[in-house]
Amino acid sequence: MHHVIIGAGPAGVVAAEHIRRLDADAKISIIGDEPEPPYSRMAIPYFLIKQIDEKGTHLRKGADHFAGLGIDLVQDRVATVDAAGKQLSLAGGGSVAFDRLLIATGSSPATPPVPGVESQGVYNCWTLEDARNIVSLCQPGNRVVLMGAGFIGCIILEALASSGVDLTVVEMENRMVPRMMNEASGGLIKAWCEHKGVRVHTSTKVEAIEASGGALNVVLSNAETAGADMVISATGVRSNIGFLEGSGIDTDHGILVDTHLETSQPGIYAAGDVCQGKDFSTGEYSVQAIQPTAADHGRIAASNMAGMSQVHQGSVNMNVLDTMGLISSSFGMWMGVDGGESTELNDPGGFKYLNLQFADDLLVGASSLGLTDNVGVLRGLIQSRTRLGEWKDRLIQDPTRIMEAYLARTQAVGFNAYVV
Amino acid sequence: MLRALKLEPEKCTGCLQCEMACSYENEGVFNPSKSRIKVFMFHDTGRFAPYTCTQCDEAWCMHACPVEAIVVNETTGAKEVLEDTCVGCKVCTIACPFGTVNYNSASGKVVKCDLCGGDPWCAKACPTGAITYVDGDHTGLDRMRAWAQRSQPVEASFNTPASKDVSSYQRA
Amino acid sequence: MAWTNKVMRVNLTEGKITEEPLNMEWAQQYLGQRGLATKYLVEEVDPTCDALGPDNKFIVTTGPLTGTMASTGGRYSVVTKSPLTGTVACSNSGGYFGAELKAAGWDMIIFEGKSPKPVYLYVHDDSVQLMDAGDIWGKSVWEADEILHKKHQDALIKIALVGRSAENGCLYSAVVNDLHRAAGRSGVGTVMASKNLKAVVARGTKGVGNIKDPMRFLQATEEGKRVLRENAVTGEGLPKYGTQVLMNVINESGAMPTRNMRETQFEGAHKISGEAMHEPRASDGQPNLTTNAACFGCTIACGRISTVDQGHFTIKNKPEYWKASGGLEYEAAWSLGSDNGVDDLDAITYANFVCNEDGIDPISFGATVAAAMELYEMGVITNEHTGGMAYNFGSAEALVHGVEMVAAGEGFGRDLALGSRRMCEKYGHPELSMTVKSQEFPAYDPRGIQGMGLAYATSNRGACHLRGYTVASEILGIPEKTDPLATEGKAELVKAFQDATAAFDSSGLCVFTSFAWTLDDVAPQLDAACEGGWTTEKLVELGERIWNMEREFNRLAGVTGKDDTLPKRLLEEAANAGPAQGKVNELGKMLPEYYKIRGWTADGVVTDETKQRLGL
Repeated sequence: MHHVIIGAGPAGVVAAEHIRRLDADAKISIIGDEPEPPYSRMAIPYFLIKQIDEKGTHLRKGADHFAGLGIDLVQDRVATVDAAGKQLSLAGGGSVAFDRLLIATGSSPATPPVPGVESQGVYNCWTLEDARNIVSLCQPGNRVVLMGAGFIGCIILEALASSGVDLTVVEMENRMVPRMMNEASGGLIKAWCEHKGVRVHTSTKVEAIEASGGALNVVLSNAETAGADMVISATGVRSNIGFLEGSGIDTDHGILVDTHLETSQPGIYAAGDVCQGKDFSTGEYSVQAIQPTAADHGRIAASNMAGMSQVHQGSVNMNVLDTMGLISSSFGMWMGVDGGESTELNDPGGFKYLNLQFADDLLVGASSLGLTDNVGVLRGLIQSRTRLGEWKDRLIQDPTRIMEAYLARTQAVGFNAYVV
Repeated sequence: MLRALKLEPEKCTGCLQCEMACSYENEGVFNPSKSRIKVFMFHDTGRFAPYTCTQCDEAWCMHACPVEAIVVNETTGAKEVLEDTCVGCKVCTIACPFGTVNYNSASGKVVKCDLCGGDPWCAKACPTGAITYVDGDHTGLDRMRAWAQRSQPVEASFNTPASKDVSSYQRA
Repeated sequence: MAWTNKVMRVNLTEGKITEEPLNMEWAQQYLGQRGLATKYLVEEVDPTCDALGPDNKFIVTTGPLTGTMASTGGRYSVVTKSPLTGTVACSNSGGYFGAELKAAGWDMIIFEGKSPKPVYLYVHDDSVQLMDAGDIWGKSVWEADEILHKKHQDALIKIALVGRSAENGCLYSAVVNDLHRAAGRSGVGTVMASKNLKAVVARGTKGVGNIKDPMRFLQATEEGKRVLRENAVTGEGLPKYGTQVLMNVINESGAMPTRNMRETQFEGAHKISGEAMHEPRASDGQPNLTTNAACFGCTIACGRISTVDQGHFTIKNKPEYWKASGGLEYEAAWSLGSDNGVDDLDAITYANFVCNEDGIDPISFGATVAAAMELYEMGVITNEHTGGMAYNFGSAEALVHGVEMVAAGEGFGRDLALGSRRMCEKYGHPELSMTVKSQEFPAYDPRGIQGMGLAYATSNRGACHLRGYTVASEILGIPEKTDPLATEGKAELVKAFQDATAAFDSSGLCVFTSFAWTLDDVAPQLDAACEGGWTTEKLVELGERIWNMEREFNRLAGVTGKDDTLPKRLLEEAANAGPAQGKVNELGKMLPEYYKIRGWTADGVVTDETKQRLGL
């Protein structure tokens, strides 16, 4: 049995290891197109601030980790998938036959429809190679314009600011991290960044990027023009599904899968940023593109590939973000649900915010700023569908008491495993 | 057999000796805010609940870690954070559904209970036996029954110091 | 060293906060907390100043063992000049606030001047700021605590604050922390409010890390915990019954001050005792006591958490009190109960809740109500004064009326808020005030416990059991039994207790450990934590130095040897019942000897030789 995994990110690596755990004899190959050992994009911001070296970004640290597990790493790009023939053709010329295939090709930065976006001096921040380029260009005094204040944009802000560049952020939506934070908390993140000396334009589009004597002029929709030595484009990501055209594998925003993470083609599975999997909160299928979901997908797809039947119950969409030291998180239906109730604490002076969303007496979503202690219990309460009972009103009164609510409603305080 | 921390909140008086012991063992400071075990307080009912990582089999934190900075200690079964490897991305803190992995902004790393390598200081320091380190086959069932009964107290409860051998603390 | 070596100075008049190093030379002489903060006070404050004026200072202070693993190492003190007594005031509290402040990196906060508008101090490690308290001024302790927790979105902040009584000028207002622990006596809360300072909010993430010899410290504190565990009082009596373990014991000794100290035994004591708190109520089958609770670091856990019957007249229509909260300590049970002749356990528990809720010292309050009841029964205070409430002894309704009025600062509550001495003077009967130096007595009648008479008369903060608790020896036999009705040897006993207590109060530890510990148990813990060679002898001398320093402050404030006396009732009216029946307190037999062994003049003035000997 040959298990082939396309993509050497977290979903692919977790899946490969899990298959090995379940099947000692299977042949397992990971095909990745980057010239690095499997690494984590989550770690790139810490590489940028030189907290870690390149090795620190690697998903697995042991030099012969993959060889030791009998997992072959192949550096190449998959050009086409022949689902019926169970065969892949590689850009490098060869082909690979598979019995089971996992597509975990992740996502790539979207290219915004902005004139001049292809100019020299415009970079993405996605791969280690991108990161190396940015590090070399971030010299003190250089002018940098960051297009997009989403998750990726925010998480690299600290690295950019600490390198001493003159920094301007441009975000189309009316607040920072619009896919994770509401107006109040997104607005606080903006205030925080401005407080730290970063110029932030929200509700502003980049109209064009013009070359101007070795530098760039970034024309904004608010009639201003920002000069730049470098523009970083971080306007969102798209699942890497282009190579599947004509393969018979159904796609939408990502690859369509069933509850076993199997695609429309038998024996072919999908996981991670490329997979349009089930969302725990909505029951709908969507691309989440987050690390914990990638790991969940990888494990479950691997089990199914190895012949066990494991159902994916849906992943809770959640995120944690450190924007220049201000930590934010969001979970599930953080924007609320129809007919639900919510509670909110907002301390703009202290840069703290907490918002809980309820449906009936269940917690269904949450978002926070400045909360780091016990924050995971928000996921626990959502995913375990813990009935809050009288604690719902207590949380509405004082949402900081999430941990007490969880303990009071699930314990037998003490032996607490298996509630999820 | 692996041993586990057994937490009996009805025996807890809220003294926080466990938090001090934990923080001292791990950080070299008496500092409850850096403790891996926390005592949660229910003022309106006069209850206290010590709580920490149960080293759950699912190991959400470990699987969510993008850089293999959380590993299983095969001797104790604890999921341990490798501080040198952790980059501080905090994904594990939102992945752990029990809320027992926390980010330490001072170190820029995450922290969680590691059972002190098999000699948990919180259990040694607890004066009333609310925290003990026992064989792992104790199920939660008895505890759930006890808890259910306790929810309608008809007797005043009180906790006295439990007799024990004088503990010795050795910090590496 | 276990000091953080940092003092915060907050000039409230100007809204300026500065940091300075702790005076380590003084720390070697005065250790910390009570001793060290009092040293700062006597050096910086004119003893004759108006206690409620901007020239008084208000010091919040921790001890070297505060915030450490030493059992009970969570104490803090408030040191200032008292508006009630005009003497030095030092009130000590447990809970969690003190340890949190220490963990934030501060040994001491010195508040100076007076803020032009209500403020509170927010301390988050090195980040400190005065914040507007407009929205919490006028709120009770409980309301303000909740508002502040929500405002800062932090369940872990610890708050020490004043309630409405202090804002309204009640002279015995407390500083309350953690909802129901209090620096209770001498009106320290009144001083805080007089400065327009509503609260101190602490959040500490630094901890206490600079222990001199950590491994020796862990061993020494563990040994200390063993002693507490194996002692019958600290290992069993206190956790089970709290300080209320004393109610029946003291009553049987005939030293239970009853009905404004007219009597020495209370027939209803068994109904309001620690044992009674365990009994299921006839009304709802539930006990008054819900559980015991510890303060920070405490392995004794004497604290009481109680619940009042929801059908009880005090709370029937007030669901906000249908919850567990700080229950009765012995002193409160006595002052709200026996001294008023009230034997309704739930009523006095409710009154105690209100004392916590609005920052009222239950000892002074209860004793003042007792005096009011005596005046009422004499016809001096009438329904016209009380607003129609009959203040007869035994009336739980009057007690509850009184506490609610003092909390709100309304009606007859304004008279009660004066304290017993001023209220009795107002009504023309100063002799009915059971006070020393204007502070109300605690729960031990000095006719039945002779040494306590001397301890009260000479206490540096007015009548108080926590300045020299000879009850331990005279009743409980700790460290050895003396005859409570005898006067011989009591001068020496009182001095020894006063000095030792001053050392405990300066360490960060709780004086209740002294049921089991002597300074021999404390010294190894301190010495492992702090530089300076802390032996028992050094601690005894420290205690004596502190005592004399306080005494000198009081003399300069105008409180002198002539004030070392007791109310006539205790010196001339014989005990009516119990083992002490027929006895008065024989203070005159003990006081001269006490002055002599203190090294004071016959008028009670500290001599130069004594000052020199103690390095004052």
